[in-house]
Amino acid sequence: MAGNVNDWLNEHGDYLYRFALARLRDPHQAEDAVQETMLAAIKNNSFEGESSPRTWLTGILKHKIIDMQRKQIREQPLSNFIDLDTADTTMDDFFDQHGHWLEKPQEWDNPDNALQQMQFLTTLSNCLDKLPIKLKALFMMRDVHETDNEEICKELEITPTNAWVMLYRARMGLRKCLELNWVTS
Amino acid sequence: MKFMLTCRQASQLISESLDRRLTFSDRLKIRFHLFICDACNRFNIQIEQLCAAIKILTRETENDSSIALPSDAKARIRKEIISASASNFH
Repeated sequence: MAGNVNDWLNEHGDYLYRFALARLRDPHQAEDAVQETMLAAIKNNSFEGESSPRTWLTGILKHKIIDMQRKQIREQPLSNFIDLDTADTTMDDFFDQHGHWLEKPQEWDNPDNALQQMQFLTTLSNCLDKLPIKLKALFMMRDVHETDNEEICKELEITPTNAWVMLYRARMGLRKCLELNWVTS
Repeated sequence: MKFMLTCRQASQLISESLDRRLTFSDRLKIRFHLFICDACNRFNIQIEQLCAAIKILTRETENDSSIALPSDAKARIRKEIISASASNFH
């Protein structure tokens, strides 16, 4: 069995790593996810050849990724984090007491060519790394996996309102960071 | 007037519209607000761009053949595989 899984590591390891890195956005975590996947493949031992090994392994990997994201989101008592008063207070960074923008969103330069698109994506990647861990994990879980909101709330045992507030904060933070670091007209 | 949204309220509802179905009344309020507020129009567009961009970024990373599992990680995982398989055959 080891031989089999080792072959899979050689043939699919790079792909699985990229898949994990794309979603976790952290090299060490991505390595761990691949490792957990291979170990699960050994334990599970249920690959019957009905799909390709890559598809089967990717399925396991997806679950491992969600497990890791769930851990990151639940690491701290949610009450610290989801206190709606506190969350609202954070929005004071963006709005005045009348609910007006403190700094109005500016017009962005649209990436015109392939190079600019890559630069935009690099900026986005850097901004993602600046998000608090929990917000980043939830944002990736929602906006990449497209795990629907109901499923997220069930997985994380949070209320829909909590989820919406966190996602709102994540999106506000990312947008602001992008604006600060991207070219505006 | 409760009918008129502040930019703060509008931005929050716009974000929530990505995660749940808004009431008809909320959708109307947003539309009215966007009719008169340039800043929130830009916000609305930018949030959509953000959502699209994250998907593209994910795909780019997945397909970037210059990214590979680091060799020290590969070696470590290989060792783990061997010891896990060994313990399977007790």
